Amino acid sequence: MHTTTLKLVTIVTERILEDRLLRLITAKGAKGYTLTQATGKGSRGVRASEWEGPDTRIETLVGPDVADAIVAEIAGKYFEHYAVIVFVQDAEVVRGEKYL
Amino acid sequence: MLADNLLSPVILAFVLGVVAALVRSDLRLPESLFKGLSIYLLLAIGLKGGVELSRTPLEVFAGPAALTLGLGLVTPLSAYAVLRRLGRFDRVNAAAIAAHYGSVSAVTFIVAVAFATGAGTAPEGYLPALVAILEVPAIAVALMIAFTREKRAGSWQDSLHEVLTGRSIVLLVGGLLIGWAVGPDRFEPAKPFFVGGFQGALVLFLLEMGIVAAGRLRDLRTVGPFLIGFGIVMPIVHGLASVWLAGFTGLSPAGAAVLGAMVSSASYIAAPAAVRIALPEANPTYYLTSSLGITFPFNVTLGIPLYYAFATWLAA
Repeated sequence: MHTTTLKLVTIVTERILEDRLLRLITAKGAKGYTLTQATGKGSRGVRASEWEGPDTRIETLVGPDVADAIVAEIAGKYFEHYAVIVFVQDAEVVRGEKYL
Repeated sequence: MLADNLLSPVILAFVLGVVAALVRSDLRLPESLFKGLSIYLLLAIGLKGGVELSRTPLEVFAGPAALTLGLGLVTPLSAYAVLRRLGRFDRVNAAAIAAHYGSVSAVTFIVAVAFATGAGTAPEGYLPALVAILEVPAIAVALMIAFTREKRAGSWQDSLHEVLTGRSIVLLVGGLLIGWAVGPDRFEPAKPFFVGGFQGALVLFLLEMGIVAAGRLRDLRTVGPFLIGFGIVMPIVHGLASVWLAGFTGLSPAGAAVLGAMVSSASYIAAPAAVRIALPEANPTYYLTSSLGITFPFNVTLGIPLYYAFATWLAA
């Protein structure tokens, strides 16, 4: 089957940032995303989002330029003070043109 | 009187939650139930308050409302001054904690109403309107302190939006408006659900509050003795001063005691969300541990009977 190589960007962060990050990735050109509840433990250990429930995991399939733009913006805005994990993987995507 | 307060199902459920967390029980309310209960409680007090407000003349309500607004503006400043001068906190953390102590804990309010009612004197029914008045200004004042002079990483506009559209304000103000608009007669059909079930829902809610509060206890060592003392003494000062001032506005002793409990309490729903957005540099361990791990348990067990005793002593 024909596949296209895209980037899968995964963001795991505090629930309180969910809306803001969704706006951010959409503004950078993401066509869609998948949201999952996530819980876990990391270097910060403290989370003010206890009342907002567990953390959130955002996944989006995008082209390489959009992935770079998303990572750069999140790094600049949120890395210093919030609990954020971002990683990018290559993904062989069926019907890849949908995401570009 | 203290024994009466400690032997209520609400307080004992809170203690059970604390104990369950300390012995590492697997007990936790499902998140959706807990959220549902908080929606129910906030809407219920809004509705009841609105219905009472609809039959309260403006001149009766104006004095206590003005006092509450004033206290909402002053208490973040007094908390900030104490944290900076005596506690040697930096500006950001002091402002973050001050936002919590200026704002109000709706559950502390509810427990105070239950206590006063149980002691035989129901406070004024329109008091929930005062909770709504108290919630927002303090957060705005505290953020203003932090944002004047220095540029900050967060955004206070975003943060105020977070407070004003947060579920506690929307439900409280929305409930007040609905209750006020429908009045006592048309509220009657909804009453069994919102009034009859209220105390039971509160018991369940406090069970989870105990678990959450106990979760903060392990951070007590991190926050240090000053903040522990602050979490007890600041509420007492704010609470007693408010009780005393409330006497001049025509509030009954029970109403004055509940206002004292409100002003003394520290927010842990609206304020943390607002502060996390506006002041991300502030350490959440400080403000969450002091408001949730120290002040809330202190107020619901010892603080409320103290404010009530002071109010009845003043009146006598």
